[in-house]
Amino acid sequence: MDLSYSGEHESFRREVQNFLAENARAIPKHFGVNRPTAEAVAWQRLLIERGYVARGVPRRYGGAECPPDIMRAQILGEEFARARAPLGLVNQGISMFVPTLLEWGTEAQKQDWIARTIRGELIWCQGYSEPGAGSDLASLRTFAVEDGNDFIINGQKIWTTTAHAADMMFALVRTELEAKNRYRGITYICLSMQTPGIEVRPLRTMTGAAEFNEVFLTDVRVPKHQVIGARGDGWRVSNSTLKHERGMLGDPHAALARIRNLLGLMADETVDGVSAIELPVWRDRAMRLQGRALAMKYHAMRLLTAAHKGEDLVLPRLIVKLQATELNHQIAALAVDVMGEMGLLYNDAAHSRAGGLWQKRLMFDLGMIIGGGTAQIQRNIIAERGLGLPREPKMAKL
Amino acid sequence: MDFSLSENQLLLQEQVGKAVRCLVPMERLRRAGQEGDRFAADVWEGFCDLGIPGLLVPERYGGHGLGLLDAVVVAEELGRCATPCAFLGSVVAAPIALIEAGSPEQQATLLPEIALGTLRVGIAVSEPLAGARHDARIHVRNGLLTGRSLFAVDVAGAHRLLVADHAGGLFLVDTLARGLTMQYLETVDCTRQAFEIVFDEVPADPLPGAGPPVLERLGDTLRLALAADILGASGHMLREAVAYAGTRQQFGRPIGSFQAVKHLCADAAAELEPGRALLWYAAHAFDLALQDSHVCALHAKAYLSEAGRVVARNAVEVHGGIGITDELGLHYWFKRINWSAQLYGGPTALREQAWLAQASLEQSR
Repeated sequence: MDLSYSGEHESFRREVQNFLAENARAIPKHFGVNRPTAEAVAWQRLLIERGYVARGVPRRYGGAECPPDIMRAQILGEEFARARAPLGLVNQGISMFVPTLLEWGTEAQKQDWIARTIRGELIWCQGYSEPGAGSDLASLRTFAVEDGNDFIINGQKIWTTTAHAADMMFALVRTELEAKNRYRGITYICLSMQTPGIEVRPLRTMTGAAEFNEVFLTDVRVPKHQVIGARGDGWRVSNSTLKHERGMLGDPHAALARIRNLLGLMADETVDGVSAIELPVWRDRAMRLQGRALAMKYHAMRLLTAAHKGEDLVLPRLIVKLQATELNHQIAALAVDVMGEMGLLYNDAAHSRAGGLWQKRLMFDLGMIIGGGTAQIQRNIIAERGLGLPREPKMAKL
Repeated sequence: MDFSLSENQLLLQEQVGKAVRCLVPMERLRRAGQEGDRFAADVWEGFCDLGIPGLLVPERYGGHGLGLLDAVVVAEELGRCATPCAFLGSVVAAPIALIEAGSPEQQATLLPEIALGTLRVGIAVSEPLAGARHDARIHVRNGLLTGRSLFAVDVAGAHRLLVADHAGGLFLVDTLARGLTMQYLETVDCTRQAFEIVFDEVPADPLPGAGPPVLERLGDTLRLALAADILGASGHMLREAVAYAGTRQQFGRPIGSFQAVKHLCADAAAELEPGRALLWYAAHAFDLALQDSHVCALHAKAYLSEAGRVVARNAVEVHGGIGITDELGLHYWFKRINWSAQLYGGPTALREQAWLAQASLEQSR
C-alpha cells in the first residue's frame, strides 16, 4: 500500500493544475445539451492538443496518442473535478463508438469518422434497444436484408439518446435470419440519420425532459462498407462497446461531491428553525451514505491499481455499476426526504430548492439503475461471471 | 500509487490462512468455548509457532514490527475460520497501548514477553468506547481501580488486563490481584467470550502516556480488527453459499441457476466487496496517522457490520433449512459476525461518532 504518486506523476499533476489555472477563462459555461456549443468545442480542441482527452486515439485520427497511463487519467479526473472544469465532451460517440471503431474498424472507417467524432463535429446515437429487446438484447428484430452493395433495414429502435440531434447511428441489426444461435447473425452497422426512411419520435421521460427517442426504420438503405467488423459478428463487436459503457458508470468523485452537497443542504434546510443536520435521525442516514461513498472511492482505487498492473479483479469490477447507481439514487432520495414538503416543488416554482435538481436526480438516477443493463441483469452477471454460479438452463425452443 | 496488499502481506495471508485451517477444523470448532477450553491453548500455541503474538511488537523488543494493515490481514484469516482464540487483547490492543502510552520500562519488560506469547493480556475497555451500560465504569482513587467493566474480552488465560477508565486513562492490572473478581458471561458466539469484571480497590500500573487521543487510537485498532474478522467470516459464508447453490439440485437443476438465488448471492458479494477497500484504507491511514484515520475506522466497522449482516443472512437463506442446523454449523460464522458487529459500538452508534469526529476535524481546520 503506497498512496503517494511518483515524482513524474506529481509533476504531471502540477502541469494540469497550471493549465487549469491559466485557462480558467476558456472553461465553457454552457456545454450544450445535445450538440456542443462553440465554446465547448474550442475547449475540447484545447484538451486534445494538450493530450488530456482522446488520449488513446492515434495522432493520425486526430487524437493525442499518449501511451496508456491510468494514473495520469486518474490525476486528470481528480484535478478537473476539483477545478469544476469538464474533462472534455461526454457523448456516446466518444465514449463508446470510438473505442469500438479503434478495435474493429477498417482504416477507411477510422479515417472517416474518428477525428470528427472526438472534435465534437459528428454526433452519434446508439441503436441497440428495441421495444422487445431490452435486457435480452440478443432477441432484437430489426432486420437488414442484402441488396447489391447495400443493406436495407426495417425495424424499430427505442431509448435512443439524442437521436433527434445525432448525425449518425451505430446500430445492431439482424442479418442472418436462419442463424441457429441468436447471438450470431447480428451485424454492427453505422448509418446516417439523414438517410430516407428514418423517423425519430421523442420520448418524454418522468423528469419532464425528452432525453430519449423512438426511431422507426423503413426501407433504410445503408452501404455495406459501413458494417463494423464482420457481418454476423455484431454481438462480439458490440460487447466491447458495452464494456466501455459499463466501465464509465461509476464515478466515486461524483458520489462524494454529492454527499458534500447533501450535507450542505441538510445544514441549510430547517424545520421550525432546526436544521436537519442537527437531528441524529437524518444525520445517521447521511453518514451511512457517506460510508458507502467512501467504500466505493477506495474500491475504485483498488481497481485502478489492478488495471495499472494489468490484472483484472473480475468480481470487484462487476459490482461497480450496481453499487454506484444505487448509491446515487439513495443520496437523491435522502435529499428529497430532508426537504419534506419543500420536496414537492419542482423546476422554477417559488421556494423550490436548486431548481428541483434533487428530484430530477432521484428520477434520472432511477433511469441509470435501469439503463446499460438493469440492476437485475447486473446481478445475474455478478453471480455468473463474478461468483461462477450456473447459468439459467436454456428453455426448450418455442 | 499502489492500492493493494504487498507481496509480504499476501504471503502472510496465505501462511496464516493455511495454518489456521489446520488448527481449527469443524470438529475443533464444535469444542470451542466449553468449560476448560475457553483459552484454546492448542490454537494459541499454533499462533506462537506462527509468530502472531509479535506481529505489532517493534523489532527491538523481539517482534515483527508490522503495522495494523498486516494485523488486519491476519484478522481476516482468523474470521474466515471462526478461530476460537484470543487475538484482540494480546496481539492487537496491548502492543498498541504500550507503544503509544507505555513508559520505556513498561515497554522493555512487557513487550518481549508479549511477542513470545508468554505474557497474555485481556482487555476491559468497552465502556469508554461504546458507552456504559448498567453504570458500569471504572474510577481511580489513590491509584486503585474501583468499579465494573462489562464485556471484557480475551480474559481466559490472561496474565494481565488492560483497563481503561472513563477519563481515557489506561492501566495494566494483574489478573491475580486482590479485589478483582471475574465472571464469565455466556454470549451468542461460543468462539469468543465476554467477562464481567468487578474492581474493588485493585492496585494498577498506569500507562503514563495515556489519555483520550491514545484511547481513540486503541479504539480504532480494535474496531478495525473486528471489521477484518467480519470480512473474513462473511467471505467464508458467501463462498459456502455459492458452493452449495452450485451443487444443490431442486426442480431438476442447481438452485444457483435460479435468478432469485443468484441475486441473494450477488447482493451479498456487492455489499461486502467495497468494505474490503475501506478497511484497507482505514488501516493504512492508521499506520500513517493520517488525519482522516479515525473517521475512516469508524466508517469501516459500521460498513462491514452491516454488509456482514447481509451476507450472513443471505448465505443462511441460500442454504434453506439445513442453513439453520447445528449439523451444518454455518451458525458459528453467523453468530461471530453479529458478535463482532456489536462489540465496541454498532453501526448507528459508530456513525454518530464519525459525524462528531468529522465535525470537530472541520472546526479545527
